[in-house]
Amino acid sequence: MPASTKKGAKFSLDNLSSQDYKSIAQKHEPKRSIFKNCILAFLIGGGICLLGQAIQQAFMALFDMSTKEAASPTVAVLIIISVILTSCGVYDKIAQVAGAGTAVPVTGFANSMCSAALEHKAEGYVLGVGANMFKLAGSVIVFGTVAAFFVGLVYAIFGLEGVHHQ
Amino acid sequence: MQFLWAFIIGGLICVIGQIMMDAFKLTPAHTMSTLVVAGAVADGFGLYDPLVKFAGAGASVPITSFGSSLVHGALSELQRDGWVGIVTGIFEVTSAGISAAIIFSFLAALIVRPRG
Repeated sequence: MPASTKKGAKFSLDNLSSQDYKSIAQKHEPKRSIFKNCILAFLIGGGICLLGQAIQQAFMALFDMSTKEAASPTVAVLIIISVILTSCGVYDKIAQVAGAGTAVPVTGFANSMCSAALEHKAEGYVLGVGANMFKLAGSVIVFGTVAAFFVGLVYAIFGLEGVHHQ
Repeated sequence: MQFLWAFIIGGLICVIGQIMMDAFKLTPAHTMSTLVVAGAVADGFGLYDPLVKFAGAGASVPITSFGSSLVHGALSELQRDGWVGIVTGIFEVTSAGISAAIIFSFLAALIVRPRG
């Protein structure tokens, strides 16, 4: 087969251009289809929500809380779990498999802050931990706040009556 | 039953995020920001509360509920205090999540020796 020998010669180790390298690396990269990623994200993300639901039910049963009252402590517990798992290096291992399944739940928010804090610890507590903690989470807070402000503005201008039940 | 819906709805929101990352090649930061804004807008139309009632933690654990909670805080203080409430109320509901994340991340940085 002349074609394959020619190809083999082109990819010989001596004159490997970066483009050739890229194409070889791409060929040997483990292929992960979008479908498979979505299934994994669904299972693990759903599992985290299931855990949240269990914690919420536990708060409601043990401390006689309403659904609304139990929401904040539930989030806090999930965040503690996420921070502990991030510190042990476990969360990032799960995240490699789960993709958005671990990023989208609130645990991913805590994970991004905790891992940034740990990563920059060497630069000191003020310039490293303090300054970098919101590196990833900051964009979520900024855009969420701005969006909430404009939604509030719309309600303030056009009135609240009956539309929102809070 | 609530557990089943929590699993399904929570999983589906994560799938939306995964599709945004894989099919539209968005970075995780772009994906999260989009989801938060989507949650805030959905709550503005009054759509998020029914979802939480239906799916429980399946709707309140994903990051979209963060946007929804920001709007909730802003609207409830707007109702109570008038215009200034929009600004003072935004973080009222989400305070627990943000404070917990800051405090525990900082404590982790104090205690844990980073590897690598």
